[in-house]
Parts: sequence; structure tokens; C-alpha cells
Amino acid sequence: MDEIKKITKQLRAGQISRREFIVAAVAAGAAVPFAMSMSSKVFAAMPKSGGLLRHAITGGSTSDNLDPAKVLDMYMANVSFGQLRNNLTEIDSDGSLIGELAESWESTSDAKTWTFKLRNGVEFHNGKTLDANDVVASINHHRGEDSTSAAKSIVAAVVDVQADGKETVVVELSGGSADFPFLLSDFHLSICPARDDGTIDWESGTGTGGYILEEFNPGVKVVTRRNPNYWKEGRAHFESVETLYIADVVARTNALQTGDLDAMTRADLKTIHLMEKHPAINIVQSTGNQHYTLPMLTDVAPFDNNELRLALKYAIDREQWKTVIARGYGEIANDHPIGPANRYYDASIEQRVYDPDKAKFHLKQAGYDSIDLDLHVAETAFEGATDGGQLMQDSARAAGININVVREANDGYWSNVWQKKPWCASYWAGRPTEDWMFSLTYATGADWNESHWSNEKFDSLLLAARAELDEEKRRGMYSDMQQIVRDEGGSVIPIYASFVQALSNKLSTPEKVASNLEFDGHKNSERWWFSS
Amino acid sequence: MGFVTLVVVSIIIFGVVEFLPGDFSQAILGQSATEETVAAFRKELGLDKPAHTRYFDWIGAMLQGDLGISYSGRGASGSDLSRPVIDLIAPRFWNTIFLAGVAALIAVPLALILGIFAALFRNSIFDRTVNVFSLSAISFPEFFISYLLILLFASIWPIFPSLANVSDDMSLGERLVVTALPIVTLVLITLAHMMRMTRAAIINLMASPYIEMAQLKGVSPTKIIVQHALPNAWAPIVTVIAFNLAYLVVGVVVVEIVFIYPGVGQLMVDAVTTRDIPVVQACALVFASAYILLNLIADIISIVTNPRILHPK
Repeated sequence: MDEIKKITKQLRAGQISRREFIVAAVAAGAAVPFAMSMSSKVFAAMPKSGGLLRHAITGGSTSDNLDPAKVLDMYMANVSFGQLRNNLTEIDSDGSLIGELAESWESTSDAKTWTFKLRNGVEFHNGKTLDANDVVASINHHRGEDSTSAAKSIVAAVVDVQADGKETVVVELSGGSADFPFLLSDFHLSICPARDDGTIDWESGTGTGGYILEEFNPGVKVVTRRNPNYWKEGRAHFESVETLYIADVVARTNALQTGDLDAMTRADLKTIHLMEKHPAINIVQSTGNQHYTLPMLTDVAPFDNNELRLALKYAIDREQWKTVIARGYGEIANDHPIGPANRYYDASIEQRVYDPDKAKFHLKQAGYDSIDLDLHVAETAFEGATDGGQLMQDSARAAGININVVREANDGYWSNVWQKKPWCASYWAGRPTEDWMFSLTYATGADWNESHWSNEKFDSLLLAARAELDEEKRRGMYSDMQQIVRDEGGSVIPIYASFVQALSNKLSTPEKVASNLEFDGHKNSERWWFSS
Repeated sequence: MGFVTLVVVSIIIFGVVEFLPGDFSQAILGQSATEETVAAFRKELGLDKPAHTRYFDWIGAMLQGDLGISYSGRGASGSDLSRPVIDLIAPRFWNTIFLAGVAALIAVPLALILGIFAALFRNSIFDRTVNVFSLSAISFPEFFISYLLILLFASIWPIFPSLANVSDDMSLGERLVVTALPIVTLVLITLAHMMRMTRAAIINLMASPYIEMAQLKGVSPTKIIVQHALPNAWAPIVTVIAFNLAYLVVGVVVVEIVFIYPGVGQLMVDAVTTRDIPVVQACALVFASAYILLNLIADIISIVTNPRILHPK
């Protein structure tokens, strides 16, 4: 059946005709009616070219510019990474890593030296052919002592980048990192054309991407048109794309309903049930790794007692959070930060559920009959944090835990409450790799270790897994780490929150929408199309 | 007088902005704000200096026409892409003036004509209808009228777009179509005040002896109002018009947000959420200046049309 899959892909990409498809399918052993119905199905779902895509995204600013190192929020990520440029690697719709400008890559056995082979004959918008120097300059752009790049920490492990001929790039790392090709798919690390002095030309917005910059009006809108020379087959279907910055969710919703927009990110969950009923609007969700957390400071009494932490983990009703706080647009989580979109997510770990008896048992183990705790929340942590606190107040009461929900101001929440008060609300957008997520928020001493948690076994596993190239061994290690964080970690992690976007029904998406970032991994401009 | 008001206003603006909770360094750093990074940021922006020093620095630069440098554009990682405030405000200001200007061009003549007719046909069906209609319009908040218009003219009868998505290369006609709904909103909320003042001022004068004289002479009612009553009614009417024009410039904030119109109001709201103080202060000062200037003009017009004001009894 692999053969059928392959030719289906070719048919989709327009590389073979319908007739050729049917002949090839029958040759591969399919019955004629099956082959014919397959081809019709593919044709119905086949992208059509043309049209103007008007979509609205949040996270823009009047100070935005085209420097990939200065992509600070989602708006410019969509423009720079999703439309104008390509990376060396790309996260596919199913979360796997595929080559983008890099055709293939390999590493030495210690995962310290990585060699990338570039795709042949790729051209920038200005006609220049992509070569290894462009890649070297684009990576160096984020490196160095004085680098102010938002991706500085991502390339911190890079010791040296060298071009080996025109089509090969060799990257030397200070320590083994099996995930390095994954990191190169980060939206800051887009490839721009190099100048002779080794810097890159980002000012013009020139890239190898599916769309060419037409108008750049920071904080308002960006207009691009299709790159007729785009090297990817069967991608970038719109004639042009208008990307609007609309921060106000009511305005976004209005514009979509009145047909002034074709798609918007971050639909309002409060009114989502009304949007679902709208005949001209489709809701597209993807559950990624974004999760809500309730971190407890594990170096402050009483949260330094793991039994108490376990009591709280059993005292929250996750199903209720999913239906009330996420309005169904999410999945219940298991007190660790690795989400279903991560590669080594271990679904076999037992799901923790609401159980007041167990909560009571662990509370007793911790030495309390009942306890009064303050939970500090603000809506800036995540939408619905206050309601969530109240839900937990109710569910925990049955176990003898009296939670006092303290509502904090949004302003200054991250500096005055988060990591300061012993128990509060927080969220993480998630990271594409386990190593990244764990190092950022669970490794001992990490800046964003929001529960001040420290665990020796976890720390040594983290280091070992980073340089491990054997897939199975790595999977085992990350599975152990998920289990440790679940049972001993400092955060209650009740749910994964989906990316919820609303689309006009004229717009079609592939069957599977990527969940690494909102808007199909911000590749919506090249992956979606107008069906009518 | 206008200048003194401006100085007082500038002190108030500065004071109020001081009282905003949190500051730019915390707003931009968000989750990654640590004590050191916040302190370093404040130092770089001069936020560690005492308030009065910062006030005089700011007002001194302002007097020399320097609106300062926006805070935003400084990334958490220390990158600096900040732009001068004037570059941010100038294009937005023209957009706001365009919106307010077109709304005024429609609202002022309309209000005068309706007011005059209402006075002429006092207590008739026409008078009452106009009154009820305009009073209802003014009683609703702007955003309600905006959404009502979107519901009617963008959703149910899709005649106009709900997004005021303007671009530089648009012709005037296209621009007017795109901005139709915000303009109508502004007209509706300013109309009633001006119309009723015109009506009241004229009716007030109709009881004067010289109007009676004109009536006895047999002058037609329209002529009485236009030639005899109106010239004397200008002072109160102009004051109200100026007040409403100022409101058009200042009060568009909500309307700009609802229709995503890239004007000064939207810029100011964005700046407040990111604690971009130079931009907030400059926007507030621009609004205050517009307000004071328009009132000054109104005063001058009242004096010119009615020299008696200069010579109090």
C-alpha cells in the first residue's frame, strides 16, 4: 500500500495525471473501482490556486521589522517564517521533522557535528541561487557575544558553522544534541540571502518562501503575493495574502462573520458555541503542547512536601476544567508538560483523575487533617484562571483542602506574583522537543523553573537523553522523566489547551493541521487554499 | 490662556501615567522579568530618575518639537528597534483627522439644517421625530452604535465592510466606502448635541422683540430665522460645534478600536497596554492640543460674530 500512498501524494502535488494515477494504482494491486474512487477523493480535496487570503493574527506591533532575529511574537512569525522565508528543516503536519531547504542531514555518533546537505536549485525572490554561505550567514546572525537575537539561546551550543562547498553546511556543537535539526525549524532561524561581508540582507524581506513582500506596514498589515518560482510542489496556493494585525477578539470575530476576513487566530472561547453554529464559519482546532499550570514553590512550606503536592494533584477535576475552562477545546493533562504533539509523549502513563479519597489520603500522609491554602490567579496567566481556581476550590473541599482564590491584577503579574507567591497560575505554549521544554522549566536552577523544583535523577536523565541518538533508549528516558515530573514535580498541570482558529467555509485545510504552533504551524499561507 | 491650560494638562497627563500600575519594563519582559533585567531596563530608559526630573526632561524636549523615542521595539533580549514617536503618530494622526474631518463635514451642516427646521416647525411631527431619533442616538454608547451598524449594514445587508482597512494607495471613493460605518457612527453621536443647541438657541431668540418686529413687518418665517435669528445665535452654536469637533478627534478612540481603523486612538490604546509611556503622553498631548485649539477658535468666532461679548455691561 506504500506505493498507493506515494502515487496519491504525487497526484495531489499535480505531478501525475488522474489517468496515470489509476493505471499506477491498478498496477500496484488496487481494484479499478477503488482506484477511481480514490482519485475522485483526492481531486475533491485537491488544492485550487488563486484568491486573496485575508487573515488576522494577534501579537503584532508598530515596532515590528523584518529581521528574523527580532521576531518577538506570532504576527511576524507568520509573515517572516510562514510566508517570506524557509528554514533548513520543517515540522510537518503530523509533528515529524522533514527537510525544508536541507535535503538531508547526518551527525557524528556523539551528536556533536552535524552535516546538512542543501536542496539544489532553490532561488531567492531576487533570483539569487541559495548556497551554503547564505545558511552560514543566517545562523551566524543569531550568534556571538553581542547578539540580541531572540534565538540566541537556541544557537548557544553552536561553536562553529562552516560551508563545505556550495551545498553542504557543517555545524559544530559544544555538546551532543540529538534534537539539533529540530531546533533549526524554529521560526527565528529562517534563511536570508548573505551579503559579501557575511551579514544577511533581511531589510528587503527577500527569502526563498512561497510569497514575496509587497507592502509592509508594521502594526497594521502586510501584503504579499505568490512567488511564481516557488520550489515546493503543491504548496502556496493563494494569489496574494493580506495579513492583518487585529488584537481585539470581538473585532476579529465581527470581521470574519461579515466576510471581511477569511481566517482568524485565537477565537473567543466565550462565544465559540455561537461561532460553531454560524453556517459560513468552520472552527479548526489543533491540540498541541500548550498547557496551563498551577506551579507550587517546592522550596517553600507547605509545598516542599511531595505528599501535599500529590494531594492537590488528586484534588483537581480535570474533566471539569476541560469542559468549563477550555469549553471542550483541549485535552486533559497528566501533571507533566510533554504534550500529545511531542514525539516522545508517553500515552501509556496512567492518567491521573479527580479522586477526593486519594487526595485525603495524601493529605494525611503529609500530616494534615485539613489545610488552608492561597491560590493566586490572574487572567493574564490564562483566560479562565479565576474560574479555574474556583472550580478547584469546590473540588478540593471534599478532601479537606480549603483553597482561598486570590485574584491578582494582570499588570505586574509575571514580576510580582509568578515565582514569588507560593502557589499561582501560569501557562506554557509548549516546545517542539522534550529537551527544550524540560531544560527551560524543570531543570535545576533554570531561570523559568517556575516551581523551583530540583530532582537529581531527572537532571541526569535530561543530560543523558540530550546526546542519545538511539531512538528507543531516548524514548525510554523521556518516558521516565514524564513519570518523575508527574509524581514528584511541583506543578498541577490540569489541561492542554488547543489552538482554536476560525475559518470561512470557503477556505480548505489539509485533513491534518499541524499543532506545533497556531495556524497550521503558521504555515497556513502555503498549506491552505480556497475551495470555492 | 490656552498655553496655561496646556501646561496644566501636561502635568496631569504625566501624573496619571505615573500612577499606571506596572511599567514598561515589566510589561515587555512579561514572564521573563527578573529583578536584574527590570532594573537594567529601567536604567536604560531613565525610569530610575525621580519623577520631577523626568517631567522637565520630557516637557523641555516637547517644547523643542521633540516627541521622544518610543519604548516599544526594545526586545527582551536587549535589541533596539525603537522609532521616534513622531514617526508613529504622524501617519495615524492624518487617518484620525480624515475620519473626524469627513464626519464633521457631514454632521455640522446636517445638524444646522435639522436644527433650523426643527425650530421652524416647532412641536410638529418633524421636530419630534428628529428629536427622538437624535436623542436616542446620543444616549447609546459609541461601541453599541458601532456594533448595531455592523449588524445592520455589514452582516444582515452586507453593503459596507466592518473592517476599516485603509491603505495609502486607495482612492478617496474607496476610502469613503471602507470608512463609511465609522463615519456614520461619529455623525450619529455628535449630531444630537449640535442640532438641539441650534434649535434651542433659535427658539430662544424667537421671543425677542426684534423678531416680533420682523414678523409684524411680514417677513417670511425662513427669512426671519436665517437672516435675523441665526446671526445672533452663532455664539452658543459655535461653542457646541467646537465641543463636538473636539469630541470627534478625541472620542474616536472607541470607534477606531471597534473598526480596527489605524488612527491615533488605536495607537494610544496599544501604547497603554504595553506601557509605552512616550507614545501615551504624546497622544494625550495631541488630543489635549486639539481640544484646546478648537475651543479657542470657537471663542474667537463667537467674539467676531457677536462683538458685544467684548464689552460687558
